Order: sequence, then C-alpha cells, then structure tokens
Amino acid sequence: MITALIDPTFDSWLKKARELLQGGVYPEQIDWVDATREASLLQEGPIRPKHDAPAVKVPSDFVQLAETVCAHRDERRFAVLYRLLHRLTLGGERHLLKHPSDPDTRQCQIWAKAVGRDIHKMHAFVRFRLIGTDEPTGREQFVAWFEPEHRIVKLACPFFQKRFANMDWSILTPDECAIWDGETLAYLPGVSRLEAPPADAHDDLWRTYYRSVFNPARLKVQAMQSEMPVKYWKNLPEAQIIPSLIAGSDQRVQRMLSSPERPLKPAPDNAYLHSLKTRRANPSVSETHSPTH
Amino acid sequence: MELMRKLEILADAAKYDASCASSGAQRKDSRTGKGVGSTGGMGICHSYTPDGRCVSLLKVLLTNSCLYDCHYCINRRSSDVQRARFTPEEVVQLTLDFYKRNYIEGLFLSSGIVRNADHTMEQVIEVARQLREVHDFRGYIHLKTIPEASQALIDKAGTYADRISINIELPTQASLDQLAPEKNIANTKVAMNGIRARIDEVQDARKQARRIMGRPRAKPPTFATGQSTQMIVGADTSSDSVVLHRADELYRDHRLRRVYYGGFSPIPAPSVILPIKPPPLVREHRLYQADWLLRFYGFGVSELVPQSHPDLDLELDPKLSWALRNRALFPVDINRAPRDLLWRVPGLGTVNVERILSARRFSRLHLADLQRMRVSLKKVMPFIMTADHRPRVATLENDHLRLQFLPGPRQLEFDFNPKASATAADALMVRSGQL
Repeated sequence: MITALIDPTFDSWLKKARELLQGGVYPEQIDWVDATREASLLQEGPIRPKHDAPAVKVPSDFVQLAETVCAHRDERRFAVLYRLLHRLTLGGERHLLKHPSDPDTRQCQIWAKAVGRDIHKMHAFVRFRLIGTDEPTGREQFVAWFEPEHRIVKLACPFFQKRFANMDWSILTPDECAIWDGETLAYLPGVSRLEAPPADAHDDLWRTYYRSVFNPARLKVQAMQSEMPVKYWKNLPEAQIIPSLIAGSDQRVQRMLSSPERPLKPAPDNAYLHSLKTRRANPSVSETHSPTH
Repeated sequence: MELMRKLEILADAAKYDASCASSGAQRKDSRTGKGVGSTGGMGICHSYTPDGRCVSLLKVLLTNSCLYDCHYCINRRSSDVQRARFTPEEVVQLTLDFYKRNYIEGLFLSSGIVRNADHTMEQVIEVARQLREVHDFRGYIHLKTIPEASQALIDKAGTYADRISINIELPTQASLDQLAPEKNIANTKVAMNGIRARIDEVQDARKQARRIMGRPRAKPPTFATGQSTQMIVGADTSSDSVVLHRADELYRDHRLRRVYYGGFSPIPAPSVILPIKPPPLVREHRLYQADWLLRFYGFGVSELVPQSHPDLDLELDPKLSWALRNRALFPVDINRAPRDLLWRVPGLGTVNVERILSARRFSRLHLADLQRMRVSLKKVMPFIMTADHRPRVATLENDHLRLQFLPGPRQLEFDFNPKASATAADALMVRSGQL
C-alpha cells in the first residue's frame, strides 16, 4: 500500500495522480490521505516512476470533471477519481466518461453535480454587507459570510469578480476567504464567523420586500425547502421571518375569503379609455372565435 | 409616504405576476464598466418565499393606480387597495442597493396604467434608462409593456431590457370582454409581432457583426433577447385545451420564450364580478408540465388534450396519462428506440434519454443501468423493455394500470439498520476507493 499525502485540493491531487499514473500504480494500492489533517502521523511511501513508460496523457474532459469532484467533501473522491483516471488511460477504457451507467463515472458525475449545485447556491445565497467606503477611490466595501457545503470558494468566486468588479468585497468562509480589491482576487485561509459583520442597514427593506411578495394563499413550504434547505437559513436575513409568515398565512387567507366583494366603480372620463374602444387592431389579425376553432 | 411602506404596497401589487426568469440574457458583466451587474449564465433564484416561489428580481410596480378594471387584479380601479407611487429615482436606488448586497438578479418593472399607455410606458422606460445610462447597470432588467403603447416606445424599452413581456391575461377575447374589458387580444398580438420582428432583426444584425472579423466593428445593436407572457388560469371557464392551444400559438407564431400560467389567486379586495376561489395549484402545475412537453418533448397539443379529454388529468402527469391512453405504442425498447420515442416514456426526462443513448453504445442496458441513472423503475417498468425485462402483456392491457400510479396513502419510514460506527479498516477502505 502506498500512502499518497496530499492537500485536499485539485492541484495537489492532480500532481500526485500524474506521478502515480506514471509509475503504473494500481488504484487499490493507494491510500489517499489529507495531509492537512493527518500529516504528523504518516509518512509517504516512495513512488518509483517507470522511466521507460511513455508519458500518460490525461484527457481534458477528465481534468474538468476532476476539478469539480475534488471540491466535494466525500473522503472517497480522490480514490474514485484515480481509479477512473487509471481505467481511462492505462486501462484502455477511453470512452468511459461517455458511459453514464458505469459506477465510477456515475459516482463522479453525482459528486460533480452536488458541487455544481453548491456553487450555484453560493452565487444565490451570499449576502453582502456594506461596511464603508474607501475614501481615496470612493469604492464601496462589502463583506459577506458564507458556509458552503463543499470546498468551492475558488470555483465560485470568479463569478462575483465579474459581477461586482467595481466594488471592494470579501467573502469569508470557514475553509477559505476570497478578497477582491478591483485588481486581484486573493485567497486567504478560512476564518470564524465572528469576523463577519452581523447585519446590514438594508436587511429590513429586504425583509419587507420578501414579506410582501409572499402569497399566503399558495403556501408550499416543502417546495421552498427543497430549493432553499434549512441549512442555509442561518445566514439569510430574510429567513428570520419565515416562521411568522407561515404561521400567519391561514388567517390572512381566511380574511380574504370573508372579505366583502367590492362594487364596480364607473370608468372615469378619460380620453385614453374612450380611445381604446375605437382602437381595436385591424380585423385581419383579430379574433372572431376561440383558438381551438 | 415612507419608502418602506411604498415598497410594501408596490411589491404586494406586483406579486401576482408569476414570471421570475433571469436567464437567457446576452452575456455581459461589470469588468469593462463602472457599475455593477452581470447576466448571461443560468438564472439565479436568490431566495424562496414559503409559497415555493423563487425570488430572483426586485419585482415592483411603479404605481398601483390604474385606469383599467380587470376583475382578477388587486390594482383594478374598483379595488379599494391603498395606492402608492415610486419616483424613478427611488426604484433605481432600491435596485442598486439590493443588487450590491446580492439579494437579486435585477429588476422586473411593471406599472398600473395612468393617464394613457404612452405616458405610463415613458415612466417605466425612464427607470431602465437611468439604470443603464447613469449607473451603467449590467444586471437583468425585465420590463412589462403595454400593447397599446406606441411601437417607438416599445422599441426603446427593448433596447434597455433583457426581456420584455406583455400579458395576454386570458386565453380568449370573450373572457377578456367579461373580466378585463379594456384589454384586447388582437392588439396584444400585434404588439408581440412588433417585438418579435425587432428581436429577429437585432439578432440578425448581431450575427452579421460577428461575421465581420478583423475589421473595426460597429457596436452591435442591443435589444431584449426574448419576450414572455402570462395567462391567468381558473378565473374564466376556458378548458386546458383552450389554454394550451393559445400557448402553442404564442410559441410558434410569436416565438415567445415562456408562457407563464398564473393560477387565479384570492386577492384582498375581491370583485363582485369574480368571486374568489382557492387557487387551482394542481391545475397550474399540470399546465406547466404540459407546456414542457410541448416545448421539449415533441408533443402536440391535441395529443395532450384531445377532444375527448379537453382538460388535463389532475391526478396524473400529462405524459403518463397520454401513455395510458396510447398503450399500443408500448413497450418501448430502451436498447433500440429512437430519441423521440424514448422522450415519450413516462418517467424518462430529456437528460436521462441522452444518458441512455450514450450508454447503449457500449453495452445492452439492463434495469440496473437505469437504476444507476436514477430512473424511477417503478414508473418506467410497465412501459419499457431492457435486456433483462419485458413487461407482461397483461400489465399494459390491465384496466388497473392507472390505479397503480395514483398517489397512495403514505407509509411511515423507519430505519431498521442504523449504521455501525466505522472502524479504522473501514476508513482505509474508503480512502483507497474499495468501499
């Protein structure tokens, strides 16, 4: 058994995987170990590259898939990815990635999908808080706190750079932080939640908006939760009022149902309303009967 | 009136419009500009309210004062709802403040009709103009337009917006005459045609501009990339057949991106003409499913709602009820059937159909392969053949097949096999990929 000590990142894994592949190492012989967690206890085994072996070419669609999968937190990801890579290259199964019912391909696709969803949710649920304005440049400065399910900060943040290029912002997470100053997007180690500002002056307006667009006559709590799972709620300012919206909805509907019907008001004497009567479009496109004929 | 109260009134007034899409816009972002904003990828839902609806855009009316008297609408002139009006600057500031905090993808702006159509349109356009020209805002803008507004104003709205829309409201003129007497389907269609012509024209021009490589390029014109509409369901007596035929016409003749179906929802100040009823949520859901089948699965309207069944089955999804009416076409052979036949199998979506087509090039597919693709075997098995499965003839001919798919009483689930805690050996198996 070879112990492969790596940082739990795509770059670190790919570098090691190339070495192992070049050495012709079989997937079952490798124990993939997160060096940031267990480094002090373990020693890496030597890998003897086969010098006579031709360089193995890693297909580019695999590299793309692997980058996403490495962000997943499942401990098996490095091993399954290596097995997939081994089968694709040394194993001669060149079309494996086009084989969606293969268990390894399928597993990686499921992981990639979970990571993709997490990135999408980060784009949706990050909430920036205004902390000030940089005096010399006049750039507004924002900070957000987010707790992604997977290690996606580097994959998710270029989106914010494009969208908010002209404000200074930081996104803090427990794993990693991203900081944009208008020139470079820098990544720093993770921090504690206490580093993030607790609220923004606009949160109240936002909650008012959220309360007002909710339609109590269509309560569908399940549908909301499947798209916005409870685990995200603690960092969403609007989520605080969800329980009270749900609790009050029945009463609001009852009030509507028992509300008296309002009588008609006559049309005001308005030139435009008068003109509408004569403005029906030309008969060639107008309707004479229902569309089903 | 303070801003928060205005927001309350004018967001409440706008919420009955179901559209929330923020996708399909031209790719643009803030890196080359001085403001904020980007569009062009997937749409993003920044939140969900407890009615299960996505919150993507700041969706408000500029004013809820209205000359019209549409009886399903909270803002009709006969309603005694409190009236309010934003200034364009207020909406602009709210949009930017919300956008910078990543609450929203952009603005959806509509308005009650005040004075006349052109005046109202001008107010709406002014907000979009300020966002784009003064603040270089590159987020998503959806503008609601009024069919009776002049073509020049609709064109102008389209140059600022990513999407424009006109609500058809009800599927027939007879229903409009009864419930929305100021509205006219023919006018709406003329305006939709005008928008479609502009969209086509600009897309052609953009294609041309792309073709002229290497030469200094004229800036390609910008215009909304799509239009959508909304039909209210359950306010009039139109059948699903009428609704879907109208939707199909809008998709084919006017190239709409989306038709939204808004189940008529109780409003706080009901009209004497239109007593309120509970919203037809399942019906609305079935219509969306049927709409999907029309657009992505090659179904025709008369297959989904034939003359014998002018309304969709509320208990079963439309593809399943179509399949049960057309059992002679089944079973479909998963290993041989062409794409458009696989699309017709209940329980197979377009994504899984592509997976099947890809996988069967390598080996004959078994039920276990489908299971790994997360196909619901229970649903597809009566309708398919695989290398190891063929439904009994009796199953497909059985009168009770329909009953099999009806939602049954729910069973409580208990976990009888709690997981044992992992040992060190298990951990190694996991890390080397053997478990």
